[in-house]
Amino acid sequence: MQTKNTKTLYLIPYFTWIVLFVIAPIGLITYYSFFDLSGNFTFDNYRNFFSSVYLTLTLSSFWYAFLITLFSLIIAYPTAYWLTKTKHKQLWLLLIIIPSWINLLLKTYAFIGIFGLYGPINAFLNVFGIGEQQILFTDFSFIFVSVYIFIPFMILPIFNALDKLNPSLIDASRDLGASSWTTFSKVIFPLTVNGVKAGIQAVFIPSLSLFMITRLIAGNKVITLGTAIEQQFLVTQNWGMGSTIAVFLIIFMVIIMIITGQREKGATSNGKNK
Amino acid sequence: MSETPIIRFENVTKSYDAETTVLDSINLELERGKFYTLLGPSGCGKTTILRLIAGFMQPSNGNIYFNGKLINNVPANERQVNTVFQDYALFPHLNVYENVAFGLRIKKLGKKEIEQKVLEALKFVNLSGYEHREIEEMSGGQRQRVAIARAIVNDPEIILLDEPLSALDLKLRSEMQYELRELQQRLGKTFIFVTHDQEEALAMSDEIFVLNEGHIEQSGTPMDIYDEPINRFVADFIGESNIVSGTMVADFRVLIGGKEFECVDKGLNPNEKIDIVIRPEDLEITSVEKGKMKVKVDTQLFRGVHYELSTYDDEGNEWLVHSTKKAEVGEFIGLDFDPESIHVMRLNETEEEFDKRLESYGEDAYAN
Ligand SMILES: Nc1ncnc2c1ncn2[C@@H]1O[C@H](COP(=O)(O)OP(=O)(O)OP(=O)(O)O)[C@@H](O)[C@H]1O
Ligand SMILES: [Mg+2]
Repeated sequence: MQTKNTKTLYLIPYFTWIVLFVIAPIGLITYYSFFDLSGNFTFDNYRNFFSSVYLTLTLSSFWYAFLITLFSLIIAYPTAYWLTKTKHKQLWLLLIIIPSWINLLLKTYAFIGIFGLYGPINAFLNVFGIGEQQILFTDFSFIFVSVYIFIPFMILPIFNALDKLNPSLIDASRDLGASSWTTFSKVIFPLTVNGVKAGIQAVFIPSLSLFMITRLIAGNKVITLGTAIEQQFLVTQNWGMGSTIAVFLIIFMVIIMIITGQREKGATSNGKNK
Repeated sequence: MSETPIIRFENVTKSYDAETTVLDSINLELERGKFYTLLGPSGCGKTTILRLIAGFMQPSNGNIYFNGKLINNVPANERQVNTVFQDYALFPHLNVYENVAFGLRIKKLGKKEIEQKVLEALKFVNLSGYEHREIEEMSGGQRQRVAIARAIVNDPEIILLDEPLSALDLKLRSEMQYELRELQQRLGKTFIFVTHDQEEALAMSDEIFVLNEGHIEQSGTPMDIYDEPINRFVADFIGESNIVSGTMVADFRVLIGGKEFECVDKGLNPNEKIDIVIRPEDLEITSVEKGKMKVKVDTQLFRGVHYELSTYDDEGNEWLVHSTKKAEVGEFIGLDFDPESIHVMRLNETEEEFDKRLESYGEDAYAN
């Protein structure tokens, strides 16, 4: 009896949290999504979401999130691999993680300075006589800054996966005649794919709902689901539409979690008959 | 005999950092088609030698030759060597079948051929029917056997086995010892087997290398090493033995514990300090009057085939005796032995000097 009571006691904070900050907001959003501007019950918001405007928006949102994730992955995997091979790997890892503790807004403002017309990059370009370039408010600067912000969250899980990899498995693969590339594709990557999936989750999902970086760095040239929600709530005051977009955003997130979350045991082992 | 050795080490030295030398100027030659064993205590460099042969690392100094060709810089995947790893190193994301098929798939063999070879290899290690098991569903001993199958299936020139039987129970272990030995003879391949179990080494090998702290103490056939250990370390490591210090009074006369005995060694300096070995099974129990030595029985264990007696002489030297006869604990008994049972070991003798000395006895034996 006693232990059962204490167990319930421990569960109280958890359930309070879930109810207040997960279930209630989702419930509210879903509720609001069924009302139009004048407060009448309607399905119009959902119908509108499937109009070309919002579909393009969704697509472009996915496209940018995809690019951000892809570039993060391309940089993070080799970096993480290199980190596991260095002598003071914990120190190097810390140096990569530290910037992620600094306020996002501060870092974003720093880039406005760096990329600005009178910033160091343009000053540098001037030295070579290339002349001032518009770097801010471009796709490039948006993706660059986003990758910069998100990359620690990609490196960390991949680093952990690579660090746990038994090095004699790599020896075994080489021993059995595999080249470095085959060893990577048949042994190292499959065994660290869960780290990659965790990294993709941690980067792709927040990328979908970015709005501050789009404002400050992309100058409203890039509109994502995040910016759309912000606009609906704060500018147009159309809470219903904003909530509908949020509902879809949540659905997309759940789908991505399901895709990247599954632990397929031995799925890569293409034995002759399954 | 003039055939090029399949593996030759020439002054191979390996150190991981500036201070410690893991292998110290190793020279060895391995002939094709033989069963070699590296025997030595933990940390003496056995795995390091295998890793050098497999190509997972390069020697810090010296050269390694394969069939007479220098292979210091040949990468592991281009060497015709396969390894059974000490920690198995099976791929956890592949099932048993795919683990064994890994090397064959890289060679791009046909589907049918792969299947036939994999099943045959699994049959050899008594794992037929386990093809579709995941590695984590296998026991330690079964994993070890998958590792053996994964190496032999590739039919390499040399198979390196790093303590491949250590996780097996006694019965399966001796079964696998027979089968590995038989496989090696059937395939005619060179096996390099690592163990720190001397009985296993003696039972399986054509030739044994006894290693200690990064150098070879002695190499030779199991008989050579068992009968004529070069020094205290080898004698002690290769089997239970009685090792005591003594003095070589003159040719064929040795002083042990204040008593002089006849022996078969000669050519040493008069009054040279030496170590002597007498194997427990060479000591025979008799009455105190008849025995060459008088000892007191301290303990007695029944070992199945024989009794193992721990006895002490008046000087306090311990003498282990293996005998089918029983004795009483606390009783004084006599020990008898032949002159040939006394093996004299000079202190700090090199392997070359040792071999020379033994050879000279052989010549004498014929001359007499
Ligand atoms: N990567 C390494 N870095 C530094 N020292 C190492 C490394 N690998 C092995 N050593 C050292 O080299 C020595 C020989 O190691 P090795 O693995 O060859 O021993 P072994 O004879 O196989 O021992 P065991 O019977 O315990 O497997 C040991 O003292 C070990 O500590
Ligand atoms: Mg070892």
